[in-house]
Amino acid sequence: MASTGSTLKTLPDTPAQKVKRYDWTKIGLIALAVLYLTLILFIPALNVFVQAFSKGIGPFFANLTEPAFQNAVRLTLIIAAIAVPINTVFGLCAAWVIARKRFPGRALVISILDVPFSVSPVVAGLMIVLLYGRNGWFGPFLNAHDIKIVFALPGMILATAFITLPFVAREVIPVLEEAGTDQEEAAQTLGAKNWQIFWRVTLPSIRWGLLYGVLLTNARAMGEFGAISVVSGNIANKTQTLPLFVEESYKQYQTESAYSAAVLLAFLAVVTLVLKEILERKTRIKQIKEEA
Amino acid sequence: MTATTSHSTPTWRNWFGVVSRLPWIWIVPTAYLAVMLLLPTIALFLKASTEGPVRFWSIATSPVALDAYRVTFGTALVTAFINGIFGLLIAWVLVRYEFPFRRVIDAAVDLPFALPTSVAGLTLATVYSENGWIGSLFAPLGIKLAFTQWGVAIAMLLISLPFVVRTVQPVLADLEKDVEEAAWCLGASKFQTFWRVVLPPIIPAALTGVALGFSRAVGEYGSVVIVSSNTPYKDLIAPVLVFQRLEQYDYSGATVIGAVLLGLSLALLVLINLLQAWGRRYG
Repeated sequence: MASTGSTLKTLPDTPAQKVKRYDWTKIGLIALAVLYLTLILFIPALNVFVQAFSKGIGPFFANLTEPAFQNAVRLTLIIAAIAVPINTVFGLCAAWVIARKRFPGRALVISILDVPFSVSPVVAGLMIVLLYGRNGWFGPFLNAHDIKIVFALPGMILATAFITLPFVAREVIPVLEEAGTDQEEAAQTLGAKNWQIFWRVTLPSIRWGLLYGVLLTNARAMGEFGAISVVSGNIANKTQTLPLFVEESYKQYQTESAYSAAVLLAFLAVVTLVLKEILERKTRIKQIKEEA
Repeated sequence: MTATTSHSTPTWRNWFGVVSRLPWIWIVPTAYLAVMLLLPTIALFLKASTEGPVRFWSIATSPVALDAYRVTFGTALVTAFINGIFGLLIAWVLVRYEFPFRRVIDAAVDLPFALPTSVAGLTLATVYSENGWIGSLFAPLGIKLAFTQWGVAIAMLLISLPFVVRTVQPVLADLEKDVEEAAWCLGASKFQTFWRVVLPPIIPAALTGVALGFSRAVGEYGSVVIVSSNTPYKDLIAPVLVFQRLEQYDYSGATVIGAVLLGLSLALLVLINLLQAWGRRYG
């Protein structure tokens, strides 16, 4: 803005003067933005890696062999391996219905999908306790059949599934709407069966959006803390996921273990961001190709 | 033929017939939404309502709860607006300027979305503590950052950072440069151009981002619980209060305060939807 402005107003300026004037606003604003990001984001993020490796690689790997830590990793992976596929299937079905059908209350359903994003994770956990806990709605029934949900793995999966419910649907709806129905209809006219249409026509056209949604679901599922904290009881070796392990170690003044686990989660976050960037570029390139 | 038979049967059977003949692609998401979202929400509100209005009110407005709301909503509101201003600045810088590492910084803005909240809390508690990298700079001035309300604010700033940037960025990128140039040609100053030409169309997007950030900050638990001392009347936030009530097996306390938080979240969701609709009409 500044550059075009000065060119328009003071045309006789020499190029050197123009560059100088252009620079000051720009440099000032960039510096301010970067300073803010550094204080709030970059230094804290960098600190995770520095602290984790402050005593060298050896102690870091020693921390990774602790049984409590390994159990936490295993549990985190199990929860993600169950919650992510469930929410992917739901997200695909919901996205298809919302993008392809017009029905009363459609706008309301789209807003309701966002509820898990706006509800506090603690409140989400509380809801699950109120439904499936000992004094909850289904408590007597579950007790009678000796099924344990709260303070056990099923409750943690439920909490994770609740928190990550909207991601796939949110990402797939716009892609499905953009893809349109022409190709699907053509396939149907040519005699393709429903599952053939889905595998050969619909899925290829939404694959990047779908992957993006799955990626976000997975990142959130493995990193979820609040809701799981409420329903897990945080029992070491039994119901402790990696994010819970971080907090518990920190509270027990085992800062080193906390940072060893934290750096793994931070690494997961960085990998997620890199993949996200790659997927965004892929979809952007595709859009440009279609426009051309 | 089936239609005529179902017409003659009682209404509930008719409904059952309609539902059972729906394709599975309708039944799967509807049932999942009902079990996963509606049922828990209804359960929380119904449980809270069994307390009766008088008890509900006395728990919801107990001094500890009131002070927790003050810390939660007050800090969340201030941080949401701080992030509103810096979010605009960051979006502006990322869209309008070319500089080294621009793409990396652009991608890094999403880090608070991807970073687990307990990791964020852990590292903030270290960096902003009295002997941390940043906290040690403030300690000589007598300012304690971690384990005070400042810590709560810093955690909220971090976790709600991306919202305004990400809502404003696309609107700013779509803005026609011609209009700004026209304003310049007509003699508007830089300041006037920004206030009168650039700012108005991005206001709905910026406010949406502020509301999203506020909503996220109000519900935040993981990072705040680690970076604050969780002392009542000092830096105890409402979600942590719900958690503490549950730990003490005080289910009515947890349910009532949880219902207050849930009600507020749903109200914010409606507000955000209205803001987004406003933004679409603008565009």
